[in-house]
Amino acid sequence: MTAAVHRPRLAVWKFASCDGCQLTLLDCEDELLAVADAVDIAYFLEAGRPTDEGTYDLSLVEGSITTEDDLDRIRDVRARSRALVTIGACATAGGIQALRNFADVREFLSVVYAQPRFISTLDAATPISAHVPVDLELRGCPISKAQLLEVIEAYLHGRRPALPRAPVCLECKQRGVTCVMVAHGTPCLGPVTQAGCGALCPAYHRGCYGCYGPAESPNTAAMLVELERLGLDRDDVHRFFHTFNAWAEGFRDVPPPDVRVEIGGGP
Amino acid sequence: MTHRPPAGRTLKVDALARVEGEGALYVETRDGAVVDVQLKIYEPPRFFEAFLRGRSYTEPPDITARVCGICPVAYQMSACLAIEDACGVTVGGPLRDLRRLLYCGEWIESHTLHIYLLHAPDFLGYESAVDLARDRRDLVETGLELKKLGNHLVEVIGGRAVHPVNVRVGGFYRLPTLRERRSLRGELERARDLAVATVRVVAGFDAPDLTHHHAYLALSRPDEYAVMGGDVLLDDGTTFPVADVPRHVVEEHVAHSTALHAHLADERGEYLVGPMARFALGFDRLRPVAREIAAEVGIGPDERNPFRSIVVRAVEVVHACDEALALLDAYAEPDAPAVEVPPRAGVGHGATEAPRGLLYHRYELADDGTVLDAVMMPPTAQNQPGIEHDLFHLVEANIDRPTAELTALCEQAIRNHDPCISCATHFLDLVIEEVGDDGGVVG
Repeated sequence: MTAAVHRPRLAVWKFASCDGCQLTLLDCEDELLAVADAVDIAYFLEAGRPTDEGTYDLSLVEGSITTEDDLDRIRDVRARSRALVTIGACATAGGIQALRNFADVREFLSVVYAQPRFISTLDAATPISAHVPVDLELRGCPISKAQLLEVIEAYLHGRRPALPRAPVCLECKQRGVTCVMVAHGTPCLGPVTQAGCGALCPAYHRGCYGCYGPAESPNTAAMLVELERLGLDRDDVHRFFHTFNAWAEGFRDVPPPDVRVEIGGGP
Repeated sequence: MTHRPPAGRTLKVDALARVEGEGALYVETRDGAVVDVQLKIYEPPRFFEAFLRGRSYTEPPDITARVCGICPVAYQMSACLAIEDACGVTVGGPLRDLRRLLYCGEWIESHTLHIYLLHAPDFLGYESAVDLARDRRDLVETGLELKKLGNHLVEVIGGRAVHPVNVRVGGFYRLPTLRERRSLRGELERARDLAVATVRVVAGFDAPDLTHHHAYLALSRPDEYAVMGGDVLLDDGTTFPVADVPRHVVEEHVAHSTALHAHLADERGEYLVGPMARFALGFDRLRPVAREIAAEVGIGPDERNPFRSIVVRAVEVVHACDEALALLDAYAEPDAPAVEVPPRAGVGHGATEAPRGLLYHRYELADDGTVLDAVMMPPTAQNQPGIEHDLFHLVEANIDRPTAELTALCEQAIRNHDPCISCATHFLDLVIEEVGDDGGVVG
């Protein structure tokens, strides 16, 4: 690539999140400098590119929308980005902080902060796509390095990135990982969770816990029956679905248990 | 505008770069004197301590990892120790060694990220590591290689670098195979060489003048450079068990930050956690190779210039590589990847040394293991008053320098403490206990 060729301008944005997905770009140790040659990393605060001006060819957006200010900011980012890709469960589904959406945020505030009036927050933590059009969603908590590089490469070549929509089960079969649910009776969300991690948890002898969110057309109803058959009660099942992608369509509607757990009395 | 600006200067950095999370800096001077310093944290609140209530005692290691993508292992380990403490179980032997091994990987990758990609550009006069790589590609490539080796250690033992999946209360889901352990050995020898070279490079950086006199606080153990468990030690010799952290540390909620500010309960006030504190308090328990390279470059436990923290961090990477090698060599495979941890009603405390300093967790459990209350006190909350104090003195001593220069110096000084701002939002609130007793809490 010669200097005369226009290098696409890349921006990395952060909303409410743990920084783990944008860190994934810095974790591409073998590819980072090549990426920096191919694209102009124009705005990426964590990596020391603090000057935000003009427009961007590709914006990677991490985090969910949780404040009034976030709302203004994401609209501005959208207006100045040719392509906007959301990265990670916070951006695509609201993230773990979307658990507030099922509760009363004022109570949450008083649990964590002595002076709730200092804190500005919205009642719900919502995905980016709830507010602006999104060109592509990259799932995961965190996202996969390989998928991130695939998205950047596909963008540079003007093609659609190859991202799986099938469930994790497919990756277990591809890797030759023994099914933890069939062989060991371990509860596993693999049948309803989108692939992309490489069947990581089953390869480590534990059930999938849904980092990548719902697979295409997940049969959640059948999953609930199977999980109860394996001995999980309704509260267990509810908590199993209600983690990092709790607000995602397909996981969100898993019914809360009939009996609410009594909390606060202490031992 | 009708009012006149004060006869002084205002330094503002609206968006701090090269820190993890989002923060801003505000310094006001008047007539040559500093009148106000605020390190603003505007990371929106995420309410971890609230939604942990009602979860099962098996869940905090996976959930609290999501507080921070830079140091998830620290969150997982502090959570495991606190929950096991509540259940009256101690995980020792090879399982504890495997935890330390995993933690070594996080120290290597997190410290190396900070040294090369976030902090070195300050010392060498570049805006970012990408800019630095244009002139010193070899240097950045060394950093990336070392970081990758640390990440690979976390990946092998933990499953993946960000939010490892293999950690559970009681131990792990799967033990590393002989082949995996063998592959790590060669990599860690290479990492140790790169780390030693790193110490030599960063020791040559010019450190601006600054001496701080904060109290230092770190975990301490007689048998090792403490990372997990042990007692809390202050540099005046005061020591107390981890369970007494809430009695010795007071946190207050200030208006300019979503992070709570921590102080010692006695008159000593602010204190620092992190590499400088660990180094000062545990120097004699560093691996010999780490002490030797420290001696070679002339840094010791009496170091009080925060701009030399980059050297201390590099020495800790040498230590972590060598410790990981020793742990691998001494490893004897346990019978099972985890010990049973039956739930019981009670309160448990756990503290470990995150790369940025002491991370304390406390959980209250019901007899079936339901979490009734959760408290986390991350390192950046503890360091924030100390960072502001450093800035105060730095600005006072350099008040005559041009604004742009002074601002850059302040940013560099903040990065001395590697503040992880995404974790700085979820702290102890002493009101929690009262709310819990009412029973009127989140369901």
